[in-house]
Amino acid sequence: MMLSRVADTLYWLSRYLERAEHTARLLDLQLHLMLDQTDANPGARWERMLANIHLDSALVPVDDPYDITHSLTFDVANDSSILACISAARENARHVREQISSEMWEQLNRLYFQIKSSNIDLIWNDQPHEFFGSVKEGVHLFQGITDSTMSNGEGWRFIQVGRYIERASMIARLVDVHYRYFGIANLHETVKTSFLEWVGLLKACTAYEAYCKVYTANLRPATIAEFLILNAEFPHTLRFSVDRIYEALQAIANTTESKRAKHVNRLAGRLDAMLDYGQVDEIVTGGLHQFLEEIQMQCTHIHNAITSAYIVYPADEFVS
Amino acid sequence: METDRHILPPLFHQYEIGDAYDEMFDGDGASRSHYQSIFQLLMQFTPDEFQRRKSAADVSFLNQGITFTVYGNDEGTERIFPYDLLPRILTRDEWDTIERGLVQRITALNQFLKDIYHEGHILNDKIVPRDLIYSCKYYRRQMRGVHVPNNVYVTVVGTDLIRLPSGEFVVLEDNLRVPSGVSYMLANRQVMKYVFPRIFGAYGVRPIDDYGQALLSTLRALSPKRRDDPNIVLLTPGVYNSAYFEHTYLARQMGIKLVEGRDLLVHDNVLYMRTTAGLKRVDVIYRRVDDDFLDPLVFRSDSILGVPGLLNVYRAGNVALANAIGTGVADDKAVYSYVPDIIRYYMGEDPILNNVETYRMNEDTARRHALDHLDLLVVKAVGESGGYGMMIGPHSTAGEREEFRRRVEADPRNYIAQPTIALSRAPCLFDSGVEARSVDLRPYILYDGDRVNIVPGGLTRVALKRGSLVVNSSQGGGSKDTWVLNQ
Repeated sequence: MMLSRVADTLYWLSRYLERAEHTARLLDLQLHLMLDQTDANPGARWERMLANIHLDSALVPVDDPYDITHSLTFDVANDSSILACISAARENARHVREQISSEMWEQLNRLYFQIKSSNIDLIWNDQPHEFFGSVKEGVHLFQGITDSTMSNGEGWRFIQVGRYIERASMIARLVDVHYRYFGIANLHETVKTSFLEWVGLLKACTAYEAYCKVYTANLRPATIAEFLILNAEFPHTLRFSVDRIYEALQAIANTTESKRAKHVNRLAGRLDAMLDYGQVDEIVTGGLHQFLEEIQMQCTHIHNAITSAYIVYPADEFVS
Repeated sequence: METDRHILPPLFHQYEIGDAYDEMFDGDGASRSHYQSIFQLLMQFTPDEFQRRKSAADVSFLNQGITFTVYGNDEGTERIFPYDLLPRILTRDEWDTIERGLVQRITALNQFLKDIYHEGHILNDKIVPRDLIYSCKYYRRQMRGVHVPNNVYVTVVGTDLIRLPSGEFVVLEDNLRVPSGVSYMLANRQVMKYVFPRIFGAYGVRPIDDYGQALLSTLRALSPKRRDDPNIVLLTPGVYNSAYFEHTYLARQMGIKLVEGRDLLVHDNVLYMRTTAGLKRVDVIYRRVDDDFLDPLVFRSDSILGVPGLLNVYRAGNVALANAIGTGVADDKAVYSYVPDIIRYYMGEDPILNNVETYRMNEDTARRHALDHLDLLVVKAVGESGGYGMMIGPHSTAGEREEFRRRVEADPRNYIAQPTIALSRAPCLFDSGVEARSVDLRPYILYDGDRVNIVPGGLTRVALKRGSLVVNSSQGGGSKDTWVLNQ
């Protein structure tokens, strides 16, 4: 049993960090893809990128990669920017300073100052890859430190739930945006056009190498979707993420013995089963877009259910 | 060992023995016997060795997380609190007097608080003027007739003592609301044991490490009787409060939950905290939030630090507060001047620890005398603390004196004056060597209704700026470890 406020703060701390890492990875990839001259439309690529992180392309100038990179990295007015996310994570950590380990706090602090001391011209003219790589590494390091210096109890479970809910929604979004743009015709044929874009999709989930180990470098829309949605072993897939969410929520329910846990766990369990027993052909037949929308919706429902079960609930459940 | 007053060791070449009482040296410049071992140690030390121990102490403070966060430019960097490595040493006899004096004083003040919120005998008997109490800004009329658990109004007290040139300890002020600083007392001790293990061991210093446990059992004793395993929490105003570090530290030491007002709610006159498992009843609050902010329904309605309805729960006897509401009356510096009478009234004894001589500005002769001698006196607003709202006559300008004269005449009830006292001075270690600095002493006193429990020693605060008399941490003060000897 822990204070609701503390659980909520740990949950959001973790979501913000996951979001920052995601933005860093997408930007890194975009800037890398720009180097190759292909027939792909670079403007459309940036538009997809903005759609991936829920940003309206009307609000951010899509015609200038420099401006977009600046906005998504350092602009604190932009909630999705890396700096805004890391600041928010650090602020959350400060509020539960006594609940997390000193090592966690120090790493988050270091990461924050590292980003804060940089600026767009510094990274744009030099090596953006190095900068975004260090952001990703900084977040990974925090996660590793968390796993090895914090009791793997209830608080740690809320950190897990936060990370994987954020990740699941982002992967669903990423896959959805991609398939809507490139279509699902020739599902089972090896991709011929826009090869780099398909590689890019996998890399956006750090999944290219892992995919190749399962399916070889033979890129087919069906197997790529199958991997990113249904693979149970790779950490950046929908199924893996939802498995972790369900697992953590069950553990939380066992510790708290809250009667409200039933509703949360039913939602998480149903989503988990949907992915455990799903098949890519069926999913495509039923409508890939609808399926992925449904997943995002379910993630939102689970988030709301967590809030009303553990964080903000009516005064009718008392423990001795 | 006799030391010739003219040949202090090189480390002491800047050391001045002035008019104030010197904790280490007697009037002839000889080291007092209980400082002898420290003095010898200092004479043997090389500058290198000092630096080494100083850095060891810094690391120890950092590792314990005894830091405060700096905002602004160095945002988020953590700094350690200013401290001094040389201990302040009290003999067994000195401490014995202090302890007996504080037990007497706290017992009397607790009875006084109960009395003024109930029958008011001391007011009827005209020992303390009624209008003084009712015009006090910390008086809480909402507490009239409220029964508080075990009749304990003050659970945790930090009383500030200073030492006169004669060597006598006197009380400068009582802090009966939410005294802070105890975490530095504990931290200083940890560091000293780590940095000077051998000399510490040889000295025979009385331990203070059980403060956390003592505080916990004191709080436990306040719990409403029917609760076997009371849920005790520490209520903090939150992360932006300057004492937040201490709140987290004490909560950890006691193994209790650190809560904010928004974690708590009142339902059917019972207080609960919101947990992931559901609402859990709270029995005792060690609150580090001021009266004004505790309950927006009763006190400041713009407060979001408290809990709406808390006072009703308290009135119903369903929760204990440490300290009770309204204890600040005794912190009022005009009320302070009556404490010797209060002690005589309730205890039938003379005070063991005296007050500093105090002129009440609402009494005409005293006021005239004080206004004629503003350049010699310290003038203080009765409701302020932390070194604010005061003027030190000898250090003041004519303009400041005029300003205070105007203020005193406009609102005499709100001011007192005291002679400027040369606080006792203790040796402090600087890069340039050992120098004497003004110190005070804040012992921490726990009271559970049966017993007054005082951790031997307390926090010695130091005015680290040369010539300064202000020891408050908000004004450039630091602290040092306080050793109470077994012998």
